[in-house]
Amino acid sequence: MKIDLHQPILDKNDRIASENRDLFKEKRVFVLDLLASPGSGKTSTILATIEALRDEFNIAVIEGDIASNVDAERISAQGIAAVQINTGGACHLESDMIRRAVNALDLDNLDLIIVENVGNLVCPTDFDLGEGAKVMILSVPEGDDKPLKYPGVFQVAEAIILNKVDTMSVFNFNEQAFRDAVTQLNPQAPIFPIAATKGEGVEAWAEWLRAKIRAMQEA
Amino acid sequence: MHELGIMTGVVESVGAAARNAGADKVLKVSLSVGVMTEAIEDALQFAFEALCEQDPLFEGAQLDITMVHPKSRCTECGLVFDHDRYHVICPECGGFAELLQGKELRIDSIEVDIPDEEEETERKSS
Ligand SMILES: Nc1nc2c(ncn2[C@@H]2O[C@H](COP(=O)(O)OP(=O)(O)OP(=O)(O)O)[C@@H](O)[C@H]2O)c(=O)[nH]1
Ligand SMILES: [Mg+2]
Ligand SMILES: [Zn+2]
Ligand SMILES: [Zn+2]
Repeated sequence: MKIDLHQPILDKNDRIASENRDLFKEKRVFVLDLLASPGSGKTSTILATIEALRDEFNIAVIEGDIASNVDAERISAQGIAAVQINTGGACHLESDMIRRAVNALDLDNLDLIIVENVGNLVCPTDFDLGEGAKVMILSVPEGDDKPLKYPGVFQVAEAIILNKVDTMSVFNFNEQAFRDAVTQLNPQAPIFPIAATKGEGVEAWAEWLRAKIRAMQEA
Repeated sequence: MHELGIMTGVVESVGAAARNAGADKVLKVSLSVGVMTEAIEDALQFAFEALCEQDPLFEGAQLDITMVHPKSRCTECGLVFDHDRYHVICPECGGFAELLQGKELRIDSIEVDIPDEEEETERKSS
């Protein structure tokens, strides 16, 4: 006998993600899901973003890591609430992990939660967490050909941060080739070149994020 | 990626649906998988086979995957066009397009054996 199911495979994840999204909307907190490779500068970018926006918004961070809490400690050292999720080997965060993590946060008094997803350009792309936006970071040393090798993450991102631009000449990074490839994959996404550890270019990126947070809070 | 995790979810959902229907055997599972997702066909097959060995309900079950090719509609000129994973801009006017298909991760249907049903059909035909 044949049984028609027509059931999304990620049904359970999607359902919890949409509950998360409703909760974030009710609490007027914007959730940013940051996707990138290991070592590309996710934590450095989060720290620079906090620096740029902390006077206007109450911010918290959720750190997704396979093990350890060194990143959460770097955030806490700045006086910002940080929740560590150890995925115990899983290669991406799922919506139920976010649901549990936000339980530890005071949502009524937050405007922005930044999620540092597990360092991985593949796995997190198919998983909705209930976020307001997914943004990806590519760092210059990874090479300008990455859009062609990992198209999915460049397509799911609403904005793309190009980090470590201070190393552009050392790595022979062809910014135009990079931009052309991104435009083919995701023509609407703005690209923000930054050097997170030097604060360079961070203001334009923070301005984009500020507009997203305001749009959500005023909706 | 995490094809094993994905297939574990599929096998759980299918197992529940099959048991609900009173089935004692799953013969076939049909999935649609969009080309614009991160799931890889061979890895899904491999994970499915591994999982089937662990559950008698799935012994000998087939996995049928339909890969769904991307299709978009231009938001400027309305053209509906097929494309590959890498080129999503309208080939006519260069406008932004909205994806119509190509991101599916879906269980379409399953085929199962229901013991009572079989006896009944055998009785009828004899
Ligand atoms: N030159 C340069 N180095 C940077 C920049 N941003 C980050 N780094 C360095 O890159 C390394 C990794 O930075 P992190 O911020 O820890 O990167 P991450 O992506 O959070 O790393 P994991 O969480 O371990 O995957 C550190 O040594 C940083 O100092 C930058 O803009 N320029
Ligand atoms: Mg980090
Ligand atoms: Zn994975
Ligand atoms: Zn067009």
